[in-house]
Amino acid sequence: MTLEAQSVQSTENLPAQTNKPIPSSQPLSYRRAFMLVLKRDLTIAMRHKDDIINPLLFFVIVITLFPLGIGPEAQTLSRIAPGIIWVAALLATLLSLDRLFKSDHHDGSLEQMLLSPHPIFLLVLAKIFAHWLITGLPLILIAPLLAVLLHLDENSYGALVFTLLLGTPVLSLLGAVGVALTVGIKKGGVLLSLLVLPLYIPVLIFATSAIDTAALGLPYSGQLAIIAALFFGSLSLAPFAVGAALKVSTN
Amino acid sequence: MNTLHKKNSTSLLSGVKLTCIREERLLFDELSLQIHAGDIVQVEGPNGSGKTSLLRILSGLSQPYDGQVHYQGQSISRCREEFQQNLLYFGHLSGVKGEMTAEENLNFNLALHGNNTEDSLAYLAKVNLLGFEDSLASHLSAGQHRRIALARLYQSSAPIWILDEPFTAIDKQGVASLEKLFIEHANRGGCVILTTHQDLISIKPEQVKKIVLDYSS
Repeated sequence: MTLEAQSVQSTENLPAQTNKPIPSSQPLSYRRAFMLVLKRDLTIAMRHKDDIINPLLFFVIVITLFPLGIGPEAQTLSRIAPGIIWVAALLATLLSLDRLFKSDHHDGSLEQMLLSPHPIFLLVLAKIFAHWLITGLPLILIAPLLAVLLHLDENSYGALVFTLLLGTPVLSLLGAVGVALTVGIKKGGVLLSLLVLPLYIPVLIFATSAIDTAALGLPYSGQLAIIAALFFGSLSLAPFAVGAALKVSTN
Repeated sequence: MNTLHKKNSTSLLSGVKLTCIREERLLFDELSLQIHAGDIVQVEGPNGSGKTSLLRILSGLSQPYDGQVHYQGQSISRCREEFQQNLLYFGHLSGVKGEMTAEENLNFNLALHGNNTEDSLAYLAKVNLLGFEDSLASHLSAGQHRRIALARLYQSSAPIWILDEPFTAIDKQGVASLEKLFIEHANRGGCVILTTHQDLISIKPEQVKKIVLDYSS
């Protein structure tokens, strides 16, 4: 009863304090929105180190196991090195894709992002860039070291780094489309691989071909150009596809 | 079926003949409603009657099977950016990240929706979270998570508030101050659309418009 009496009183007091206007909003800025989401995702990844370590560890383990399984002959290893490194990078990326939108979907922050006045493609692009910084970049940094382990031809190191530099963002961008489509499904892991892996194959083919060509001492700019085309194509289209897919998934 | 009519002024948010079908079950059919500045609207109905679906449709998160939602007389798909700048949606899920501190969570939520983040500590104080601003949200309770998300209401520049069960896991005192905030918001020209199973204490019945969803088939 006392509670009721109090509350009635508080309603009567209201007119005195109601004239405070609705707070004004800040002007929207694309750059600020991009940096906001990027900073948030990097902060979360730094505090949740599994996200960074797991794919990297997977990459290292797969590559170090191959020489043990196949044998230490330098010739065989250097022949298969480009394929092993690229397949491992591809699977490591696939392994890490789930985190891209799943936890945000789970705790409701994805809904909030979809409802923010900022364009969705921009927020999505920031998230994908953060994902690449967390998973793609460490792979690129450690790949030359692992290539030594596999006796990669010394002419191929440049090609290896360049293909990874152009190719891993493509993996993140295309993967994001797959995750966005499957984020609403409870166990979408298998479906995700089925959706995404076929799209990764062109990158794999041209990247390994570039590294092989480099080993023969021939120019590999053609393959690089195709990977670059894939990169810019997916960079300009994937964020919109992801935005549309997320809208469908949260419907 | 259920209509709220007040024809003279243009409505802030209106639904035109909304139909929603979930799992082959008709939740509501040709529901039209108009919400004006200064309204506090409570959506009522038993569990599974489509309250959340209605709020998600009104916020633009879900698409209705049929019908349209208008913001100031314009379809919300036509003026997405403007509408979303004027909308605050608070769903079942609080959107709070366990890996970030209470203050970081609030600042992100405010900035994401284009609000000022300068006084965020003051808003955390208003929801009784002062002293917890540097704690990781994963170390806080469910009610405190909701409070972090609700702190955004104190600095929202949006006139339209759509709140799905805002009182869940909030203690009595918190509910009272939230209700006070809703009245304040309505008096300054905003509108509040909410669902709750609790009785509203300080908001008088004549201030609240009710939409009852009871379509059973």
